[in-house]
Amino acid sequence: MSTETPVPTGTGDNRYVSVANTPEFAALRRALRRFVFPVSAAFLVWYALYVLLSAYARDFMSTKVVGHVNIALIFGLLQFVSTFLIAWLYTRYADRRVDPLADELRAKIEGSPE
Amino acid sequence: MSDITLAVGASTTRTLTLTLFVVLVAATLAITIWASRQTKSAADFYAGGRSFTGFQNGMAIGGDYMSAASFLGIAGIIALNGYDGFLYSIGFLVAWLVALLLVAELMRNSGRYTMADVLAFRMRQAPVRTAGSISTIIVSIFYLLAQMVGAGALVALLLGIKAGDTFLGMSAETAKIVTIALIGVLMIVYVTVGGMKGTTYVQIVKAFMLMLGALLLTLMVFAAFKFNLSSLLGEAAAKSGRTPPESFLQPGLRYGRDIAGNATATLASKLDLISLGLALVLGTAGLPHILIRFYTVPDSKAARKSVVWAIGIIGVFYLMTLALGFGAAALVGRQAILAQDPGGNTAAPQLAEALGKRYLGGDFGGSLLLAIIAAVAFATILAVVAGLTLASSSSLAHDLYANVIKRGQTTERQEVVVARYSAFVIGAVAIVLGIFARNLNVAFLVALAFAIAASANLPAILFSLFWKKFNTRGATWGIYAGLLSAVGIVLLSPIAWGGVSDARTPATLTAAQAKTCGVEQTSKQVSNATALFSCTTAAPIPLENPGLISIPIGFIFAAIGAITSKERNPDKYAELEARSLTGAGAH
Repeated sequence: MSTETPVPTGTGDNRYVSVANTPEFAALRRALRRFVFPVSAAFLVWYALYVLLSAYARDFMSTKVVGHVNIALIFGLLQFVSTFLIAWLYTRYADRRVDPLADELRAKIEGSPE
Repeated sequence: MSDITLAVGASTTRTLTLTLFVVLVAATLAITIWASRQTKSAADFYAGGRSFTGFQNGMAIGGDYMSAASFLGIAGIIALNGYDGFLYSIGFLVAWLVALLLVAELMRNSGRYTMADVLAFRMRQAPVRTAGSISTIIVSIFYLLAQMVGAGALVALLLGIKAGDTFLGMSAETAKIVTIALIGVLMIVYVTVGGMKGTTYVQIVKAFMLMLGALLLTLMVFAAFKFNLSSLLGEAAAKSGRTPPESFLQPGLRYGRDIAGNATATLASKLDLISLGLALVLGTAGLPHILIRFYTVPDSKAARKSVVWAIGIIGVFYLMTLALGFGAAALVGRQAILAQDPGGNTAAPQLAEALGKRYLGGDFGGSLLLAIIAAVAFATILAVVAGLTLASSSSLAHDLYANVIKRGQTTERQEVVVARYSAFVIGAVAIVLGIFARNLNVAFLVALAFAIAASANLPAILFSLFWKKFNTRGATWGIYAGLLSAVGIVLLSPIAWGGVSDARTPATLTAAQAKTCGVEQTSKQVSNATALFSCTTAAPIPLENPGLISIPIGFIFAAIGAITSKERNPDKYAELEARSLTGAGAH
């Protein structure tokens, strides 16, 4: 961050507002939304697909894959896998891309005025 | 094996079960008293001093969330209806991603003690807190009622008290009432004495017990099938009594049924499945007793960690319920489960008894494992009801009393006193309602609580965290419209009116049901014999789950309310955003 905006000089609540209007804050907002919005849309569509297939594609879901294990069971287990995977990916992303920005701005807001 | 407690003599099982119940109650009360010594400030009472670690809170979230409905209920649905129980567990799990990605951290940073704190941050306090509090209390009371009524029936079943039988001089009916009252008194004690700290430790203990109990049973089930999943599934299907047996392993026996020759009924059943799925996945992140758990950790990073732990714990648990359900179908059998409880709630305890006999040395082993699982189920109920009581009494004291009635002019000390009284009042109301409703079919209340959480709470929470123009009218319209539509639809649904219609096919009645409904047993007028108001009048709306209609209504009214109101406060939103994203100034 070489192009830092000056530390806001206001006190109390004003500091929040002035920090919220900096480009660094916009970058933080973008970093968070860039991950959570598309991923939320993706897992909701993926879940909706599972529910819709369970309701309307019974023959497909009933196809046996190995022994008594059918596609419905595998599809259901994949929902578990995708949930675990997204939780892990989000933690990794937030640790690396979001937390450093957030910590810096937080220090700016909470830091002493001088 | 057809009867859970007949084999060894009911007395061994009862003695063991009661001993474990007493040990459990004594242990949780000891924890509560210990926690009460460390509960001094309002932050201690409402948020456990915000001192729990991510892992501890993750366990407590699991303890708060995995209700008896999900332990015994889902295992029972799988044991009787096969695959469809899995649809429930998947919705319950995937829902946590909404909480993880969109709600938990931002809420932790911007709120203090209750759900309405986040809404009230940039809106007019009184109307928004009133709406948030009403919705919190209604969701919690419905959920609480379902747990308590379920517990009454369950304990009577676990102790093997049937109609006409007595235990310590109590009939099954008296035992139900005593159980409901006892659970009510315990939850009042946990909350008033131990506050959030005591409640959290009770939930952590319960989560450990539940995970260990489920793991033990799962390992035994797999051992019985030589760790071959396919042969477990094959045996479960073969013993399911379904034709063809394979249909037991496929979706469609319970939800979204294909009703031959009736396209309207088929459509209604499929829409009901989609509606249920929607409410499950969007409801979790709007459940007040879950949301207040995010305040018990020091910062948003710990809140994130706790949700990730919760996802791991809850996910593994639901995978195990799959093994328990199919294991019960294979090892106990459909007839034996139905003979004990037509709802299937005793499938898991019956499985425990069968496995105990097989692996822990005969009849005594069976009684022992049954007693252990019964104690786990009891712990499960206690932890969940305590969480619900705390959420509703916190909102009553912090939102309604301190910020609406007293307009913020009160001390922390007074607020906590009021919160303790509130817990007492809510507990007493729940006991009375539970006793009155003890023989009603109230299982639908859990799904309804999820639907209200998704329709009333979630739109208001998401919009206030992410939408600059959101305001007081948007929040109140969204909450009231979501709440009223969800409840209204259920009051017009087949849950309330059980008659046959184009979309509802006749049910096979038992003699007792026919008598209750006042029809011949061969009558084709009744679709739902346990309907609340009438079992012969047809429901105007054929959906049992309101989510498909009420969730869009909640979001649309919240949006219209916000757009039509002139109230805008960009600076307040900037401050909320700065706080919620950076954690600066968090409580």
